[in-house]
Amino acid sequence: MLSVRNLSVAFGTRVIIHDLSFEVTAGKSLAVIGPNGAGKTVLLSALLNLIPYGGEIHWSPGARLGYVPQKVAADRQVPLQARDLMQTKSSLLKLPATDLDEVSHEVGLTPELLNTHIGKLSGGQFQKALIAFALLGRPNVLLFDEPTASLDELSEERIYELLHNLQTNKRMTVILVSHDLSVVYRYADMVLCLGKGHACLGPPREVLTPKMLEDLYGAPAKYHLHAEGH
Amino acid sequence: MHQGQALLLLLALFFGVAAGLVGCFALMKRMVLASDVLSHLALPGLGIAYLLKINPLIGGAASLLLGTLLVWRLQKGTGLASDAAIGVVFAASLAIGAIVTPKEDLVDALFGELQQVSILGFFVGLAATLLVIFSLFVLKDRLTISIFSRELAASCGVKVDLVDLYFLLIFSVTILVGLRFMGTLLASALIILPASTARHVADRLWSFLLLSSAASLTAVLAGFLLNTFVLKISTVGPTIVIISALLFGLSFLKPA
Repeated sequence: MLSVRNLSVAFGTRVIIHDLSFEVTAGKSLAVIGPNGAGKTVLLSALLNLIPYGGEIHWSPGARLGYVPQKVAADRQVPLQARDLMQTKSSLLKLPATDLDEVSHEVGLTPELLNTHIGKLSGGQFQKALIAFALLGRPNVLLFDEPTASLDELSEERIYELLHNLQTNKRMTVILVSHDLSVVYRYADMVLCLGKGHACLGPPREVLTPKMLEDLYGAPAKYHLHAEGH
Repeated sequence: MHQGQALLLLLALFFGVAAGLVGCFALMKRMVLASDVLSHLALPGLGIAYLLKINPLIGGAASLLLGTLLVWRLQKGTGLASDAAIGVVFAASLAIGAIVTPKEDLVDALFGELQQVSILGFFVGLAATLLVIFSLFVLKDRLTISIFSRELAASCGVKVDLVDLYFLLIFSVTILVGLRFMGTLLASALIILPASTARHVADRLWSFLLLSSAASLTAVLAGFLLNTFVLKISTVGPTIVIISALLFGLSFLKPA
């Protein structure tokens, strides 16, 4: 589904990503981990073609990308309902009117929430709206940037359940940036570690050794390894 | 009210709708104050036109367009925030404008001077306001989504930099039409005030756009009538702005 060859990204003289290569198979999930400033969000931006980069990023023909950002810097007091926001994308992509309601139903965004002012949505509800927004247009690849960074544990759990359903029921390819290693163990088929001189790639249980995590984060990592796994 | 005045009122009403719509997007883009100073980019051109005794609007249009492109380049090339980019160009424009504008014309340039409009002037102004309204209609979704999040917009295939440029140009054309009766100081008032009033009352995008246009239309119509039949002062701009401000005050009466 995705093939990245010798990817490099620099802002001026500051090199953020250097000579990175990896592949993601259709229907699989890749988690991207690494300390702050390692270039995780920059990688997603490059994959979305939002910033200039060196090297090659090749998406399979027919790849349709949906993107859920880490946070939205927008003024949430603007007079917009969740429905207004989704309608802008529907109308840009010329989607049938029923798509909006179907996608909202799939992510559990009720009609009542759809008709709520975005400033009045809770963190979890807003995140659901962003996921529904990403799912409009029926993408087959979902790029998630720390989707639960500002959520409480219960909302976080619900978002990951939703993500898991999308993976299993829709065979969606998922690229997920996360700080939460227990999430990586549960939901990722492969993990890509980004850090100065510490790039690594492989299944979580093989790659995420205590030694590697200490090298990557500069301190012993704390996480819960769930017995049931993925 | 003779033909010239009637045409001016009609043009002002169209301008009111355009300004009300532009204001909604300017307010959502958090460039309301920036939009206030953007109108001053016309001042050097107006001043030079007064000096050369040519149509002030031609000079105003040229310097406003140049200033707008300069702001866009500064934003895009240096990553400067739009308010900072506009602030830099504004300060230079105001200084140049104050130096080159003949003293006796400075008040006209700042507050507007027009009592009536020719048929040609009316149609040019009308075409410009219709262009603004049509462009906003076409760009509405791209603008809304890129205001909300540049990354989300780009992920939907929106060319965000170009949308920024189009909006600045739409904004400048609106200011240019408003310059004739509002002057550089007040032209942006009809962009700022009705949108602020509507934001206070509206809870959806369509009602925001509709209420802002309605507030702007009301202010223009009431301002013209009050000025023509009661106040009879030389320029209508300040009356329109005061009525707009009163409408803003009234919007606070809306129950929470």
